[in-house]
Amino acid sequence: MAYSDKVIDHYENPRNVGKLDDTSKFVGTGMVGAPACGDVMRLQIQVDSDGVIEDAKFKTYGCGSAIASSSLLTEWVKGKNINDAEQIKNTEIAQELALPPVKIHCSVLAEDAIKAAVRDVRGKQGI
Amino acid sequence: MTMPIYLDYASTTPVDPVVADKMMECLTTSGKFGNPASRSHVFGWEAESAVEEARADVASIMGADPREIVWTSGATEANNLAIKGCAHFNVRRGKHIVTSRIEHKAVLDTCRQLEREGFELTYLDPDASGLIQPEMVSEAIRQDTTVVSIMHVNNELGTRNDIASIGKVCRDRKIFFHVDAAQSAGKTPIDVEEMNVDMMSFSAHKLYGPKGIGALYVRRKPRVRIEAQIHGGGHERGMRSGTLATHQIVGMGEAFRLGREMLGSETDRITRLRHRLWTGVADMEEVYLNGSAQQSVPGIINISFAFVEGESLIMALRDLAVSSGSACTSASLEPSYVLRALGLNDEMAHSSIRFSIGRYTTEEQIDDTIKKVRRAVGKLRELSPLWDMFKDGIDLNQVEWSAH
Ligand SMILES: Cc1ncc(COP(=O)(O)O)c(C=O)c1O
Ligand code: FES
Repeated sequence: MAYSDKVIDHYENPRNVGKLDDTSKFVGTGMVGAPACGDVMRLQIQVDSDGVIEDAKFKTYGCGSAIASSSLLTEWVKGKNINDAEQIKNTEIAQELALPPVKIHCSVLAEDAIKAAVRDVRGKQGI
Repeated sequence: MTMPIYLDYASTTPVDPVVADKMMECLTTSGKFGNPASRSHVFGWEAESAVEEARADVASIMGADPREIVWTSGATEANNLAIKGCAHFNVRRGKHIVTSRIEHKAVLDTCRQLEREGFELTYLDPDASGLIQPEMVSEAIRQDTTVVSIMHVNNELGTRNDIASIGKVCRDRKIFFHVDAAQSAGKTPIDVEEMNVDMMSFSAHKLYGPKGIGALYVRRKPRVRIEAQIHGGGHERGMRSGTLATHQIVGMGEAFRLGREMLGSETDRITRLRHRLWTGVADMEEVYLNGSAQQSVPGIINISFAFVEGESLIMALRDLAVSSGSACTSASLEPSYVLRALGLNDEMAHSSIRFSIGRYTTEEQIDDTIKKVRRAVGKLRELSPLWDMFKDGIDLNQVEWSAH
């Protein structure tokens, strides 16, 4: 499998790897995928009182494309309002990373992860 | 671009230069280009004698008579010819065949085809170390069983079955015994008499010979009869028609001659390299050897690095040419069926790498490999939410995953 330069760049130098304090009500966690499927993505966002994403962190168990998709996504969502962040489409990620058709589901996973993280933080804040 | 370190010898091997030279002598006007079946002139006679010399070299790796060797295009064709040919020839005796779940696709797909034709198959599960035990075969045999097909050395794990004992079970019950020896020739001793084997498949390209040539051993005493799968000019005593590919055959003969000569010294050298590789990575946490530590050939070592996904590991190890047990693409999210048959869960199967060591592997390459593997596994675990959870003492089996 040949990877695009962008996938390799994110894979070699993943942005925003890490963990946020899940007990905080300003932190939303989206964990998607399953070990049995070969991919698990954990995406966390920290929002301010206006719902703007101040920080984002991820960890991903999965192929290079899954790692790159989640790394890219953390870059994109920072500074965005959660309402905008949850509009990000997997096709945008796939296009930016030039993912081949068999790797589209890795970007779908990233879209699912941000949606789940936004849902989580909304739940915590009761909005 | 610097080429990666080649550690995929179980997939294929480069042709030994000695072999390539000998093949080159069978192609052009100055060489033995004749048709080995031409009986009326010296071009044919020369080619025929080269083919017969090669036949003797191949036969001697397994202690067979040269007349028991049938040339094929590889082990895939040999497996097809043996299993279909023997099952069809003996169809009046019965329609039951015994094989295992960890055979190569060339055996499994052949068996699937026979199932479509109305044969009944029993697929044996290996034990936890990847071995097929003689008792398993014995218990599976029925009144109407005609053929048992069990591989000698498994291509993913390197495990080596006790062929002699399985052969005895079959001989006692008068059932034809076929063995896929594609991964064992030149890697471990073979003796078709001691092992009670009736048919055995070989491939040249796993032993520093060319691709596209192989052989099937077919026992003469007591005689094993098989139905041809390819019909034509009646070559190879009618079992496999087609003009013999002199250069390919000569290449296989020379490769097998060298392989037999070097078996002892290469086994020692490769055993040391395997040990070096394993001890170099085994002290990391959560690293597991798949297969059998005792009953295997040294050249194949299959390791699971828990909490690291196989494809990303392969990507991190781009400077190494190795194989992964994972095939995570949207088309098939299936981990290796061999690892699954061992009872490995999907994660461990996804996390496995097969390293296969061969004739041109050096100590420096192994040391380099160890360094790269340690760095890659460390990095990917830092990236892995599963590793986090494991470190926090969470039992991953208790987590409710959103499978997709
Ligand atoms: C165990 C086993 N059987 C059969 C084959 C097929 O051999 P060939 O490539 O000669 O058809 C291979 C190699 O791919 C193998 O490892
Ligand atoms: S996560 Fe399965 S192929 Fe990318």
